Parts: sequence; C-alpha cells; structure tokens
Amino acid sequence: MTNFIIIMLSAVFINNYVLSRFLGICPFLGVSKKLNQAAGMSVAVIFVMLMATAVTWPIQTFLLDPNNLGYLQTIVFILVIAALVQLVEIVLKRYIPSLHKSLGVYLPLITTNCAVLGVTILNIDEGYTFAESMVNSFGSGLGFFLAMVMFSGVRSRLEGADIPKAFQGLPVTLVAASITSLSFLGFSGVIENLFA
Amino acid sequence: MNEILTAVIPVVIIGVICAVVLVVASKFMAVKENEKIPKIRECLPGANCGACGFAGCDGYAKALAEVEGTATNLCIPGADAVSQKISEILGVEFEDVIEKVAVVGCAGDCNFTQDKVEYSGIESCAAAKLIFGSKGECSYGCMGLGDCMKVCPNNAICIENGIAHINTRLCVGCGLCTKACPNHLISLIDDVEKVLVTCSNKDKGAMTRKVCKNGCIGCKKCEKVCSTGAIKVVDNLAVIDYSKCPECDDFGVCARECTTGCIVISDFSGIHRVKEQK
Repeated sequence: MTNFIIIMLSAVFINNYVLSRFLGICPFLGVSKKLNQAAGMSVAVIFVMLMATAVTWPIQTFLLDPNNLGYLQTIVFILVIAALVQLVEIVLKRYIPSLHKSLGVYLPLITTNCAVLGVTILNIDEGYTFAESMVNSFGSGLGFFLAMVMFSGVRSRLEGADIPKAFQGLPVTLVAASITSLSFLGFSGVIENLFA
Repeated sequence: MNEILTAVIPVVIIGVICAVVLVVASKFMAVKENEKIPKIRECLPGANCGACGFAGCDGYAKALAEVEGTATNLCIPGADAVSQKISEILGVEFEDVIEKVAVVGCAGDCNFTQDKVEYSGIESCAAAKLIFGSKGECSYGCMGLGDCMKVCPNNAICIENGIAHINTRLCVGCGLCTKACPNHLISLIDDVEKVLVTCSNKDKGAMTRKVCKNGCIGCKKCEKVCSTGAIKVVDNLAVIDYSKCPECDDFGVCARECTTGCIVISDFSGIHRVKEQK
C-alpha cells in the first residue's frame, strides 16, 4: 500500500508531468487561459491516460517483450493511443453525449499529447506492475490537473497586472510558467524521507 | 529481411485490428443526426451572436430541427432572407422578421458634458465604472471607452467626441453591445422608429442640468404635447412607448418641443432596410 502512495504522490508532486518533466507543455500554455477549460482538458487527460495505460501495458508485456520487439514500443503505442481515443470518442458520442459535449475538442487533441505517450512509456521503463502503472497514470493525470488549474489561476492574475509592453502576452506567460515550475522543485526529496 | 518482416507484420496487424474496430464501432454506434440541422446551419449567418436566444447558430439550428414550433424569425442579423430559407426547409409558413437596430441612450458628448476625473486606467467602460461609478460628470452616461465598439461584429460603432455612435446603416441588430454596456445605455428598437430619447439620466432635473446640457430634466413637456400618450416621464426621464407612435398625427412634435433637445428625430433604418431600398 505504501508503495502505491509513494508512486501516486511522486507522480503528482515530484515528477509532475508538466512542471518537472516538461511533457504536455502545449495544452499547459494553450488551454490554461480559463479555469473551466483548463479543468475540462485535464479531466479528459486523466481519462485518456488511464485508458491508454490499461491497453498499452498488456501490449508491451504480452506482445512486444516476448517477441523481442521492444524497439517498436513508440510507434505501436502512438498507433494504439490514437485508435483508442477515436474509439472512446465514438462510444461517448453514442452513449454519454453530455460528457462528449463537455470534453468537446479536447478529446481528439489529446491524441497527440506527449504526456499521454510519456506516461505509458515511463510505466514500462520504470518496470511497474499493471496496478502500479494504473496508479502512476492516475497520479500523473492528477498532477497535470493540478498544474493546469494552478496555472490558470496565475494567468488570470496576469490579465489584470501592469506588464511592460515587451513582456505582454506569451513572454510573461513563459516567465510565470518557469517560476511555477521552479516552485515545484521544492518537492524533490520530500517523498523519499516521508516514509523512511 | 526476416527482422524487418517480424517488425512490420505485428505493427500492420495491430493497425488493421485498430482500423477494423474503429470501422465497426462507427458503423454500430453512429449517431443519427437530424439531416436538416446542417442544412439550416448553412442558411444562418454564423456570427454566433445569440440574438435568437439560443447558444449560437448551431444551437438555433438544432432547436429548429428538433423542437416543434420553434419560431423561424428569431435570427435578426439574417433577417427575412434567412427566415424565408429556414421556412422552406422546415415546410412551415414564412414569418416576417422584425429587424432591429441598436441605439445609444446618451448624447452627452464633449460639447454638453465633461469628465469628472482624468481617467488613465484600463481602456474599458466596465473598469472605469468601478471607479467612482463613472469617469464623466454624469454617472448614467456614456463613458466612451468603447466596450460596445469592441464587441460589435460589424464595426458599426465608433467613439466620437467621447461617446459611442452607432452607424445604424451597418447595424444588424444582434444586440451584443446592449450586453456589453455597463450603464445599459444601448437598446434595440425596431428599425422603423424615428424618435429617440438620447438621455438615460434618472436624477432630478436640476442635478441633470448641472452635469449635462443635453440631459432630460423630466419637465414633462413632451408628455403634454404627445397626442397619443406614448411618452411618459418615469423617474425624471422621458420614456417612449413605441407601440403608440403609429397613431401619432403630428409626428416628431415631441422632438421639436423638447426643452433640452434630448429627444431627437433621426432615420434609424438598419442594414436590412437599406438593402431592401436599393
């Protein structure tokens, strides 16, 4: 149990996908302008990360590894994730139209989100079991959620701030992003000692 | 060669499986969309202004196709032409669209009133409104920072002499500006009306006179000269009930008799009527 908690916490805070591993930066800067959009995108990411891990982990373990095809990992994962997201979209549209509507354009956008590919590949690299992989994916998704929501708050503050002309728009957003990311460095080393 | 094959074949197989699953899924779980929706959607202007009361053009198209009895004449920017097309698609009787234009209920430009403070904050009426209620002497009037101008999809609004002016020839009547104005000065009127009260100040006459020479002082002269009882002074401000104007036998008497000149006669024909006249 402690193992799961450690994986979870480290995925959310220490190895936060956006702020420490710098994966999935595109939606982090692109969709973080409004809180509800940021939250919608993040929920979709959590959902897809869990689904993708549930599919790619068995493929890696039972198909690629026994046949010595580990080097096909990246291309197979991309293929499977893309197909999976499409399938999820079709199913949602048919059975849960309200959820489909609220996820909106974010669902197809996630197909090309490197955080999703990153979490599936890192699950394999870390040698996690299936259960551990799922926990890690959920934690990573939560970390993404945390980063998005936090940063949308930062950006709403930036809107009203008096910013020098040269820094307006993207430059100040990037500066703010780097400082937010820097603050997450403070978590490093916390988990190892938490359960020691 | 063998190594390439062992790599290619699994990927191809996985790809084919994914493709088959997707094809099967899209066949079995296809959502039947009402075929009228895209047709109706094509007729609508696509400005997503919300004048119809639905969430954008898509929402209106969906409601028209699926909800029986949705009126076809709700699209004001699209006017009669769009209503005609939608009626044809749905097979219902054509309903005439009452075209609207937006008008500003304030004419207190820099010739009539002046600023109370030297405002140098954010260029937005909503922001200026937060500071002491207004940037001008009159707290009901137009601040001229152009919130309405920014939302206008047709560039029909300009700021001149410190207040907003609407070029009714360009106005499609979507009503976005009415929601943007923090003082609620802009209203939609039918574009056949010709008289307008250009003041929204509800203070007592003496107070109004002090801050703006154009302001309505609530003297009730217009009320007396109006033969149909269309004008009433409510809260020290003349209000015109346009439904009674057609019965008027001496049109424009209210504007001629107005002591401060805040009731004006003008041609408020909107873009639709201008097109018809051509």
